[in-house]
Amino acid sequence: MAFANSQATTYNDKVVRQFAIMTVIWGVVGMLVGVIIASQLAWPELNMGISFLSFGRLRPLHTNAVIFAFGGCGLFATSYYVVQRTCQVRLFSDKLAAFTFWGWQLVILLAAISLPLGYTSGKEYAELEWPIDILLTLVWVTYAIVFFGTIGTRKVRHIYVANWFFGAFILAIAILHLVNSAAIPVALMGMKSYSAYAGVQDAMVQWWYGHNAVGFFLTAGFLGMMYYFIPKQAGRPVYSYRLSIVHFWALIFTYMWAGPHHLHYTALPDWTQSLGMVFSLILLAPSWGGMINGIMTLSGAWHKLRDDPILRFLIVSLSFYGMSTFEGPMMAIKTVNALSHYTDWTVGHVHSGALGWVGLVTMGSMYYLIPRLFGQKQMFSVKAIEVHFYMATIGIVLYIAALWIAGVMQGLMWRSINPDGTLTYTFVESVKASYPFYVLRLAGGALYLTGMIIMLWNTIKTATAGRSVSVNIPAVAAHA
Amino acid sequence: MDILYFLVPLSVVLVFFIIGGIWWAIYSGQFDDMEKEGERILKDG
Repeated sequence: MAFANSQATTYNDKVVRQFAIMTVIWGVVGMLVGVIIASQLAWPELNMGISFLSFGRLRPLHTNAVIFAFGGCGLFATSYYVVQRTCQVRLFSDKLAAFTFWGWQLVILLAAISLPLGYTSGKEYAELEWPIDILLTLVWVTYAIVFFGTIGTRKVRHIYVANWFFGAFILAIAILHLVNSAAIPVALMGMKSYSAYAGVQDAMVQWWYGHNAVGFFLTAGFLGMMYYFIPKQAGRPVYSYRLSIVHFWALIFTYMWAGPHHLHYTALPDWTQSLGMVFSLILLAPSWGGMINGIMTLSGAWHKLRDDPILRFLIVSLSFYGMSTFEGPMMAIKTVNALSHYTDWTVGHVHSGALGWVGLVTMGSMYYLIPRLFGQKQMFSVKAIEVHFYMATIGIVLYIAALWIAGVMQGLMWRSINPDGTLTYTFVESVKASYPFYVLRLAGGALYLTGMIIMLWNTIKTATAGRSVSVNIPAVAAHA
Repeated sequence: MDILYFLVPLSVVLVFFIIGGIWWAIYSGQFDDMEKEGERILKDG
């Protein structure tokens, strides 16, 4: 059966370009909201008594913007770019791909309006109310059709490993969204709804979703990115193709079980907590498989790190990935979690993964992609990439160190008991003690944001200096 | 713990899908030449 895209002679890079530009823009927006709410935690006066600017309203705007707007656009851009080039065929449908772009931007816009106004389901990373959830489903189904349709019409028989990661990410998110966002609207007009689940069952569904959002959206998807852009930038093939396949299957199977580690010492049954803990520990192995594979791809080409800031972004991202996927399993141990739960250590851990892994790998990939999308060999300013790299890395280290100290301090203060059995500290005393670390964290985040703004400047200069070119699909010489 | 009566059979079904996926991949030749596939992406844009 011949599909229209099989006859096309050029790739569809227009939608890639659109998503790539928005990745950078939403990065600045999402990180700016992050800096604002970090300031509010240090200086609550900055809530200013205005409801839609208050911390509680802006926090989900921040998380949704950085994960789904910044991260999401990055995944769309790179998955569409990678699937075309590794399958040597144009995207399955230009119209459907365009719908995913505009539909996704509309979801983001609706989130930016509804969340500050207080419309929320209360489910972390799934706050959007039911009408937006429906739009999201339509966009996602379309994304799946475009992506898998492109693979189905491929001219190269082998499906490159990055596409397995992208494919797993797309399918998993579809399942996660449909299950966790199941809700009953109160009325046809209006945003209010109630979750299809209740009590501890709802908590379990939420954190099955929440951890798999990390595992499939923030991990599998970006590993797909990594497996293409590191080899391309380093000019070397993946260190062990075999390892990439093995750790892929291990990763996607194991991640599904890790959710309960968010619910240690809650009303969730003990056996479920233990299951989550054990699988979270097992998860260390396939995660580090990915890290080792990516870093060792530089084997024989380590010298390139000296002069290539893009490669530095990509390799350092994997270091943070390794760090976070070690820290995570440690925090999933019940005894450790008894100290860390509800503290800022958790926030520090999240941001080491988000700023360190997700942020840096997206930036590195965009720095590779953006010039090529505008007919250029490299970004307008390579020096600016270097400056960005140092700002971002120092920002991350400041951020996580501040919250490690704050988090452990909070945990120790909360559990400290006097000889007569009373608590040593009041809660508010731990809040007061956290203040300097909140300021330090803000400094780290502000540095990270500044780096992102430099990237936006560099992107605008590159885009306006270049012009979009049509790239021909090479005639396939290899067996189909 | 009653949910396990549902979850375990569901997981077994899922494992069959995974085995199916791996079986298809092996028998359709996806893993025939590991070295070449890694290098293939470097050849052009």
